Amino acid sequence: MYTAADLRKGLKVQIDGAPYIVIDFEFSKPGKGQALYRCKMRNMISGNQLVQTYRSNDKFDKPELEERKMQYLYCQDSEYHFMDTQNFEQIVIEKEHLGDNVNYMIDNMEMEVLFFQDRPIDVSMPMFVNLLVIRADPWAKGDTSGSDSKPVTVETGYVLQVPPFVEENDKIQIDTRTGAYVTRVKE
Amino acid sequence: MLDVQGLRFRAAFFHSLRSFFIAQQFIEVDTPIRQPLLIPEANIQPLTSEGAYLQASPELCMKRLLALGCDRIFQLCNCFRKGERGRLHLEEFTMLEWYRTGADYEDLMADCEQLVSSLLAELGGLVGCCKGSLDGLRPGDSGQLIAMQPPWDRLSVQAAFARFSPVSLEQALATDTFDELLVEHVEPYLGVERPLFLYDYPVALGSLARRKNGFPHLVERFELYINGIELANGFSELTDVDEQRQRFAEELRLMEKWGRQPMQMPERFLEDLAKLDRAAGIALGVDRLLMLLMGRKCIGEVVSFAPDDLG
Repeated sequence: MYTAADLRKGLKVQIDGAPYIVIDFEFSKPGKGQALYRCKMRNMISGNQLVQTYRSNDKFDKPELEERKMQYLYCQDSEYHFMDTQNFEQIVIEKEHLGDNVNYMIDNMEMEVLFFQDRPIDVSMPMFVNLLVIRADPWAKGDTSGSDSKPVTVETGYVLQVPPFVEENDKIQIDTRTGAYVTRVKE
Repeated sequence: MLDVQGLRFRAAFFHSLRSFFIAQQFIEVDTPIRQPLLIPEANIQPLTSEGAYLQASPELCMKRLLALGCDRIFQLCNCFRKGERGRLHLEEFTMLEWYRTGADYEDLMADCEQLVSSLLAELGGLVGCCKGSLDGLRPGDSGQLIAMQPPWDRLSVQAAFARFSPVSLEQALATDTFDELLVEHVEPYLGVERPLFLYDYPVALGSLARRKNGFPHLVERFELYINGIELANGFSELTDVDEQRQRFAEELRLMEKWGRQPMQMPERFLEDLAKLDRAAGIALGVDRLLMLLMGRKCIGEVVSFAPDDLG
């Protein structure tokens, strides 16, 4: 159990049965008045933000959160199958809960999966992933169109802008926080 | 944390504060920081020290000195309040308090105007440190100029709620949302053009303040605001011993209800209070005033060591 006095940036609390993370926090206390804790919080499942002011006697449950290391196996339609690398238990996460992460997931990749009350709610990717380019228009020397980037498709189906010299069968590094090209990887 | 230039400015500021009061025949007093009991205030959580309390304010001792016969006293000291930490709060902070007999809250408002004017006149020339002069104060880099010449604005709590809050003062009290509404809707607009005194609080919000003549639901209490920041809390002292005992009893009841550490009724304070007639006293957050003068955003930037700088 937390009280409002424990609130700070990054703290995870449970409100109305959902896990929230405090993303902004301000303490105030009018003269002779009560301590007030104004919080901006993000629902860790829906992503919705909530701004709320609490008093010092307000209490919060600790959300039942657990992070497990899992291996991504394969996907079938919108179902993504994972395996716990400790106990080999297999689980399924719906595509809608994975967000942009599906752009960077390849078979057998290891990642941290966050569970709330034994329900997977989020995955955290490595900051950088290396993916194979499966489709790229050739770079015509002397191209005078003036553009300094072109679109390519990587093995996950994700399309992004890269410099013109990137070709099919190249491996490229992508920043999973922004989805942007970082560099070409030599193997 | 302050640099050398900042420390020099803080020292000059303290010197000017003291000079102002000494020039007006105030006695500087230094009362014990560690005390066996404090004034019961439900909204203040004290820090403890080996079975005693660290003072949340020097108020109790200073009023006893008034009762002893001092007519003008001031003190610059450190005070402690548990769990108060933010842009405008430190658990250990610097307080300036002054008390006068034969005076009321209007005299204290005039004191504030003269004190800050005299500080600006003395310190305004310290280029590079002070962001203001008698012509005006610019507390932020891009902030507007706050006119500092007295007289300053005066606005009753009732009128402030009517002007800035979505609900009236009466509704705020009835729904127990006074503090939230004040912080969110009222305070940001106070003292932005020139300093402002917010005055005449409901009785329940001034446990040591005297009732206003002809308005028994109000007390003669005020807060000074500059640029939306609350700087000082002053009031005409309640000197009716029976009423003060009842108000303390209410605070003690709230403390018990909220599961706070139980506190004793300050009997010797009440005994001394009986010797007092008309008096007024005020507490001013010195670090916050320094913040405004130096144009800093956070209270931790104007002290020698903020909590994060220690250890």
